[in-house]
Amino acid sequence: MPDRRPNPDAFLARVKEQEARRARGKLKVFFGAAAGVGKTYAMLEAARAQRAAGVEVVAGVIETHRRAETEALLEGFEILPRRRVEYRGTTLEEFDLDVALARHPALMLVDEIAHTNAPESRHAKRWQDVIELLDAGIDVYTTLNVQHLESLNDLVAKITGVVVRETVPDSVLEQADEVELVDLPAEDLRRRLKEGKVYVAHQAAEAVEHFFREGNLNALRELALRHTAERVDAKMQRYRREHAIDTVWPVAERVLVCIGPSPASARLVRAGRRLAAQLEAPWVVAYVETAARRSLGEEDRARIAETLRLAESLGAETVTLTGTRMSDEILAYARSRNVSKIVIGKPTRGFWQRVFLGSIVDTLVRGSGEIDIYVISGDGTPAPTPRTRTRPRAGRPLAYAAAIAAVLSSTALAWLMFPSFELSNIVMVYLLGVVIVAMRFGRAASALASVLSVAAFDFFFVPPYYTFAVSDSQYLITFAVMFVVALVISGLTVRTRDQAEAARTQERRTAALFSLSRELAAAREIAPLLEAAVRHLIEVFGGRIVILLPDATGRLEQRAGQLAPFNMDASDLAVAQWAFEHRAAAGAGTDNVPGAQMRFEPLTSSRGVVGVVGMRPAEPRAFDAPEQAHLLETFVSQVAVAVDRALLDEEAQTAQVRVEAERVRNALLSAVSHDLRTPLTAITGAASAALEGETRIDAVTRRELLESIRDEAERLNRLVNNLLDVTRLESGSLQLRREWIPVEELVGVALARLAKPLSERKVTTRLPEDLPPVHVDGLLVEQVFINLLENATKHTPAGQPIDVDARREGNEVVVEIADRGPGLPAGEEQKIFDKFYGVGGGGGAGLGLTICRAIVEAHGGRIGGQNRPGGGALLRFSLPAGEPPRPPESAGG
Amino acid sequence: MAEARPDPCVVVVEDEPQIRRFLRAALAGQGFRVHEAGTGADGLVEVASRQPDVVILDLGLPDMDGLDLIRKVREWSAVPVIVLSARGQEADKVAALDAGADDYLSKPFGVGELMARMRVALRHRARVSDGALESAFSFGELHVDLAVRRVTVGGAQVHLTPIEYRLLAVLVHHAGKVITHRQLLGEVWGPNATEQAHYLRVYMAHLRRKLEADAARPRYLLTEAGVGYRLAAE
Repeated sequence: MPDRRPNPDAFLARVKEQEARRARGKLKVFFGAAAGVGKTYAMLEAARAQRAAGVEVVAGVIETHRRAETEALLEGFEILPRRRVEYRGTTLEEFDLDVALARHPALMLVDEIAHTNAPESRHAKRWQDVIELLDAGIDVYTTLNVQHLESLNDLVAKITGVVVRETVPDSVLEQADEVELVDLPAEDLRRRLKEGKVYVAHQAAEAVEHFFREGNLNALRELALRHTAERVDAKMQRYRREHAIDTVWPVAERVLVCIGPSPASARLVRAGRRLAAQLEAPWVVAYVETAARRSLGEEDRARIAETLRLAESLGAETVTLTGTRMSDEILAYARSRNVSKIVIGKPTRGFWQRVFLGSIVDTLVRGSGEIDIYVISGDGTPAPTPRTRTRPRAGRPLAYAAAIAAVLSSTALAWLMFPSFELSNIVMVYLLGVVIVAMRFGRAASALASVLSVAAFDFFFVPPYYTFAVSDSQYLITFAVMFVVALVISGLTVRTRDQAEAARTQERRTAALFSLSRELAAAREIAPLLEAAVRHLIEVFGGRIVILLPDATGRLEQRAGQLAPFNMDASDLAVAQWAFEHRAAAGAGTDNVPGAQMRFEPLTSSRGVVGVVGMRPAEPRAFDAPEQAHLLETFVSQVAVAVDRALLDEEAQTAQVRVEAERVRNALLSAVSHDLRTPLTAITGAASAALEGETRIDAVTRRELLESIRDEAERLNRLVNNLLDVTRLESGSLQLRREWIPVEELVGVALARLAKPLSERKVTTRLPEDLPPVHVDGLLVEQVFINLLENATKHTPAGQPIDVDARREGNEVVVEIADRGPGLPAGEEQKIFDKFYGVGGGGGAGLGLTICRAIVEAHGGRIGGQNRPGGGALLRFSLPAGEPPRPPESAGG
Repeated sequence: MAEARPDPCVVVVEDEPQIRRFLRAALAGQGFRVHEAGTGADGLVEVASRQPDVVILDLGLPDMDGLDLIRKVREWSAVPVIVLSARGQEADKVAALDAGADDYLSKPFGVGELMARMRVALRHRARVSDGALESAFSFGELHVDLAVRRVTVGGAQVHLTPIEYRLLAVLVHHAGKVITHRQLLGEVWGPNATEQAHYLRVYMAHLRRKLEADAARPRYLLTEAGVGYRLAAE
């Protein structure tokens, strides 16, 4: 029995999608076949019902076109003020997105989603405004006619003969949570039209009449109905999948659409999109750049770029392939991506071309194996042949002049050779000339050279001389072969040259990409990584580049790159922020805020957007060419992955530090609890012994017990003090209260405090008379003395002497505290000051020396240890010293 | 008036019952009549109604700042106040002493220390109520005769500069009691010099070299870390 449950990945994807939807606003589209079917009316009615149910509804944009019944319905709704835009002398009233976002109602009514915004608006299209409203969590009701739907746009144009320019990507309708079809029989609609109840903007009455023919309307209704039905079907399928009703899982399909420079390619893209939508399959639109296509004119290249953009807007992945044979590239790519269906246009090569060069479709079908090939017809416009290329090589007249010059040179050389060489060698001289022209000046010039060569050969060297007449008909064959050979050679030469050029371009891109990725991989830290990325981006794309990363609050800030002499002002930053938050390119040359000065590309990695690259290209249309745009995309995604990796590294390091801190804290806790328990155990034991043995123990024993209680309590007290000091020192809140204090006073306090533990030892202090006062926090430095002295008593047997020495060294006073004990373990003279040195050896937390180091270093001094000659340990530390302001001897009087 | 009573009376203002318990046991064992208060407000009432000879006051009371209590008591009474405070709160101790407290003890402390402070406090109270100022001081080898300005250590006369002498004289007046840097500076150099603690330290060092056998282990001129100095009196 097959597994009935969806696979985990699919399930996760669905959960994510639902998550995203929950936070997003809901979109309801009132969908109709044509203007006048009553979409706005239906929307307002639905909105009234919502309002009656207590939902906060605001009318963002409503086009009533002054229809009384619609206006009556609009009554009572809060209507957002419009934004006024001056454009070419007229005032346009536009939907004000910012006001709408600020108002933030539960439900916003936005009529006519296909509307094109006035220039300088944030978005070029109103549907983009709607997406932003949804992203902000606002529910939206909107209206849409079938002719505005991107994928149906061409069909509608075919049916009605009217080309609609305002289109909405299908993905918008697909995102809709609900689509309500507003339908009206064709005759009713025509009646409404006659009654003047249908508003049709800027169209001549004739065109309107043409558009609203009954046949057209029925076709449009059918389109709308079918589209809605398909949507329902897709929804049904999704439901079935979500609830694991269908045990047969759709085979993973992938559609590949191959486009060319022909205007018919847009049709191919739309057809591919419909096919992919029906299959619910991802789809890829590929453009194969062959050597021949490299020499396409500007117009064709622009069309290809436009077709690829169209494909992207329809939700396709786009790719540009480079190769010599189109069919090979397509098949290789299709296999690498597991494509199941290939969509390609009908062949445009003429019969003879097909005979000699083969048809791409034939080759594809032969080599496709299990892949289905769909051949879609063009729309009758003849595809421009590669011969119509307009890009001149070295200037056309120059090329032709060169061709003529080459033929003249060949003729001159041939003239010299003529007396002593066969005619076949003369032909070779001409062929050489053609090859040279082909190498340097391209196809047209070499064709001219071929013709001229044959003519010159005939004129000068074929009897009768100095006429184009030919006496021997054999020569006709010579001419024909010479001509064909010249053409073929020149063709091959041109192609070889173009391929070499293509290879070089590819090589350059690959090299640039390679050096980028190598440098990105080498940089571990975020700052050098960003610098490297900026440097490479500037190298390849020119202009000025910055990289912005979000701070802790999600606000972008510039982290690398330079814009000077320009500045990024608040509006640029706002565009960058928009790109970051909406994960879409924004600014100049994009669909979002195209009026901006800069272009911002989000750095998108698997974890989401990690930052934004800002560009101020050297020329405004720098990224219009598809290969530049793709190269940019590749670069940006490389940078995104690297930045993401570096950020992850940083996070991992932080986590590592946290783990380390946690480990230290645990070690401290266990050591401290050991240290606390030891004296507590002694106190508890001694106290209970004294209490319970009250009558039996003698006075001496009792006294011993009580003394032990007191001593242990004092030890406990010192430990608690140390713990408090550590806390204070580590919290970073420590403020030194420096005063000028004589060293002997500090030593005196420490010796007084340790009077009891030191009572059985000889402590020798050697403090020179002229020892300057130290500038320190007295309480803290006393603690250093206390801890060092205590350390000496702890590590040496009772009765052993301790020496305290101090002397001046430059601007410091150096203090040494030395004992005659076992000394320090070799090699660990500095480690004894480390936190928890000796932890685990049963020695307790060992905080005393750590505190000493922290205090001494906080004063700008040094602390260290060494073994004494003759045995014992010597701990030494330095403190800043000097001359305090002189006290006035005569003060007071 | 205080002498007329058979047993000296002490009021303990302390919120921790276990500390009150130990103080009660220790003080009663030494012949004090002990009255307790757990809050500052109760403490004020006790001090006013019992007219004690000494007040022991914990600075960390739940209901009011110990400093406020000292100031209120000082408005109408010169009773010696000994404050209890944790180590590390030297600033609080200094503030309490400058506000009128007589001495302090750092927690934890032993009964021996407590009794020494009590004795000094009682002695000063008796002297203040007698109106008699000490004219001579003697402890160990050190003798100071304020009447003739003569200082000897082990019988040998010591020559002091005028400021050193004035410093020593102030300490003698408060013998046994802690004196804050501020109080000492004010009495020796005048009210404008109260922030110049390093003057004090320099002269204290001079004084120690002249009076002490080992300046690093003073017997007479004791340092109260972070607070001030004390002339040992017993």
